Amino acid sequence: MEVKMDLVSEDKINSMGSMEKLRFVLDGVKSGNIVVLEGGLTSEEQMKLIELTMTEVNEDFPGIEMNGYPTKRGFLNLRRKTRLTVIGPANTMRTIKKENDLISAIISAI
Amino acid sequence: MKPKKRGKGILSRLLMAFFFRRKTPKIGIYGPPNAGKTTLANRIVHTFVDENEDIGAASDVPHETRRAVRRSGIMVDLKSKSVQSPDPNHGSDPESKEKGRKGGAKGKLKLDVVDTPGLATKIDFHDFMAYGLEEEEAKKRAKEATEGVIEAIKWLDDIDGVVLLMDATEDPYTQTNVVIIGNMEARGTPVIIAANKVDLADAAPERIMNAFPQHTVIPISALKGENMERLYEEMARRFR
Repeated sequence: MEVKMDLVSEDKINSMGSMEKLRFVLDGVKSGNIVVLEGGLTSEEQMKLIELTMTEVNEDFPGIEMNGYPTKRGFLNLRRKTRLTVIGPANTMRTIKKENDLISAIISAI
Repeated sequence: MKPKKRGKGILSRLLMAFFFRRKTPKIGIYGPPNAGKTTLANRIVHTFVDENEDIGAASDVPHETRRAVRRSGIMVDLKSKSVQSPDPNHGSDPESKEKGRKGGAKGKLKLDVVDTPGLATKIDFHDFMAYGLEEEEAKKRAKEATEGVIEAIKWLDDIDGVVLLMDATEDPYTQTNVVIIGNMEARGTPVIIAANKVDLADAAPERIMNAFPQHTVIPISALKGENMERLYEEMARRFR
């Protein structure tokens, strides 16, 4: 069985509103896709995504596996720059190693 | 020389206390499931309130706490006898007992402690069945656990400080831990990381220190009462 990956550009993500962005990600993941966001989600968006996910967990959808690189401080340490975020269905994706600049995950079809 | 009007001083102090009174800080105990949040909350209450009072029931089954529980008005008194000598019913190992330290943080701090459900990105009812729960019971617990996660997230809006509890035997670099810390940093809410379960042989609190070098990490055993005084000192310093 194949697993689909959506590699989403930062431009596309930035063109969406906050809720639109989360809905886009969760719909993709619930369809069984691995969603990779260039530029990533902020911590606040990730927390909202967890909250939204919990409202939709059921017997067929146990939730998400999410990983990303920590944010970097931007100009004059004022702006936090988000980096890549990877989100997939919890029953398909499993993180095996995560470091500051490396994420290793196993993706297995159900 | 005119005699000093003592009544005015008392009145002004009362007015100052009324208009400029500080609210009691609400301290949330956050972390992933099975990190020992309820054990820590109970430990705090046993130490500073009543050794027979529990905030909640601790268990090996994940998501035992599925509703946030707030215990108001806990007076953290670092000079109290109970801080120097932990509850004998919890941690009979003499090596595990806290040692009274001289020159620690001073004074008292009144706070509310909020024991929150474990934060997770996935909740699979099959995981509960592995602990012997029947399928229907496991599904019910999973549903309640999802509600608990949402409740824990909602509580973040009302929290003045966070004790982020991590299991020192587990990989600390999970996205849940990263997200909690990121949120607290964005809100400017003080965070103390407690590396729990250091009484276990495979505990490695240094992994947590290496993963989050920008934060204070205090190795503790909430179950055995190890190093709790240092955590209380840090709480009194950061959450005042």
